Amino acid sequence: MLNDDQVKHVAKLARIDLKDSEVKKFGKQLSDVLDYMDILKEVDTENVELTNQVTGLNNVMRKDEVDSSKASREELLDCSELPKDSKQIRVLPTIK
Amino acid sequence: MADLNKLTISEAKAGLRDKKFSSVELTRDCFTEIKKRDKDLNAFVCLTEEEAIKSAENFDKKMQANEKLSDLAGIPVGVKDIYNTKGIKTTCCSPILKYFVPPYDASVITRLKENGMVMVGKTNMDEFACGASTEYSCFGVTKNPYDLDRVAGGSSGGSAAALAADMCLYSLGTDTGGSIRQPASFCGVYGMKVTYGRVSRSGVTAMASSWDTIGPFAKCPDDVADILQVIAGSDGYDSTTPNVDVPNYADFLKGDVKGLRIGLPKEYFGDGIEDETAGVVREQVKLLEKAGAHVEEISLPMTKYAVAVYYITMPAELSANLERFDAIRYGKAPSNDPEELVDYYFKARGEGFGDEIKRRIMIGTYVLSAGYYDAYYKKAQRVRTLIIEDFNKAFEKVDVLIGPVSPFPSFKVGELADDPLAMYMADALTIPASSAGLPSLACPAGMSKNGLPIGLQVIAPQFEEGRCIQVAKVLEGLK
Repeated sequence: MLNDDQVKHVAKLARIDLKDSEVKKFGKQLSDVLDYMDILKEVDTENVELTNQVTGLNNVMRKDEVDSSKASREELLDCSELPKDSKQIRVLPTIK
Repeated sequence: MADLNKLTISEAKAGLRDKKFSSVELTRDCFTEIKKRDKDLNAFVCLTEEEAIKSAENFDKKMQANEKLSDLAGIPVGVKDIYNTKGIKTTCCSPILKYFVPPYDASVITRLKENGMVMVGKTNMDEFACGASTEYSCFGVTKNPYDLDRVAGGSSGGSAAALAADMCLYSLGTDTGGSIRQPASFCGVYGMKVTYGRVSRSGVTAMASSWDTIGPFAKCPDDVADILQVIAGSDGYDSTTPNVDVPNYADFLKGDVKGLRIGLPKEYFGDGIEDETAGVVREQVKLLEKAGAHVEEISLPMTKYAVAVYYITMPAELSANLERFDAIRYGKAPSNDPEELVDYYFKARGEGFGDEIKRRIMIGTYVLSAGYYDAYYKKAQRVRTLIIEDFNKAFEKVDVLIGPVSPFPSFKVGELADDPLAMYMADALTIPASSAGLPSLACPAGMSKNGLPIGLQVIAPQFEEGRCIQVAKVLEGLK
């Protein structure tokens, strides 16, 4: 069972603000799910390879070229609600 | 002609070609149906009537000029609200993207536009495609056209319900662990989950990148073939689409099942599967046997571990994919003004994501965190390998596999919404094929005693979508 501190820690790693009521609710629900995952302990996976990709592709390369045919820099900047400055998005200070 | 919206693509394209009716008339009939029924069903989150009529008029002009036109041209479609549509809101049914208007089209939308697309609107879904009931949408649940107290399934519930209710002639969804097949089976339509990489995912918001696929909902196997013909194939914008030839899918509509070897995985008919569902699917398989197919029971012993594999690896990939939603480059800024950037992230994501997304991001973060990575994530990836080996062995003996899509027909709204684990079990029979990147076509199999659709799925080896279509077509003829 995940305790409140563990839930808060995971939420912090994930950059998600949780209300106290959410900490309680998610703690129970996440524990149920993680407990269920224990079923995998039954399976012997010694010497079994990992699956990352299912169709056998590996390191598909393309030319390192900028392709602006789908959207221009301005159109992409327009997607942001934040103020723009010198063709960049202005964010809040990271250091006080 | 009345009720043109009830036609299949095949019927509609014949009517359009013979000039029995116009695309504008066809499109208007779809909107008439939407206006009549969608306040009850809630299949659409956005209607694009003006644009649709314009596209239809454009088609009709070309038709009058006797231009050569694509099979899908002029045919109204509903598109899941996770496909980027240039200039039209694409929300993923999430509060964080509620006002997002993408500046470009998904590759599939580009292809469809080149083929005369008439899009009637964007359809409802579980937030970021995470759910099995469309209850986790910030626009409210989509109801099942067969019973308004029940769900349409998910996550592509809006696309399934819109098609089943004849509000469009075909629709598009995404299937990561069952999100096309399960709502197709709940709503009594066909739903094709393609081989991983068969259709480009470019411009479709990523959920779990080693699982995600793009595919259609249709009213008949002929229509599935028509749609796949347009959307399948490699794409320079998606490096996971291999250069595998796209066959002529219509060729598979002429085949029979004489000598075809069908495997019935006993795990798909056993514990946890409702008797009525299993029975209805078995009846359909008997029809195929009478038509000359060879049927044998096989075993996929790893089936029972698939849900656990999926609900570890998928949230891991999801949590990484959703890191980009920080309300900087796109997404809704938080309501009050945080002082520091890190608070901005916390608030934007805390306000912008619904419960199920928060849960999955946290599970993903947890299983990827130091100390748990090997025990959860790597373990799941190893078991995934064993699931794939199960299928490889099975396909040495049989040509296709058939089983139910869902362990049970549609459930009541609210029945599972607060019990995530129970909701996850709804995917128990669709996840395994996804684990191995296999194509699987959900087909209507029959009705339950209380009038709900039951679906079966035809699973084939990678890139053998044609085999699924062939079996579905034969089955359609046997009913």
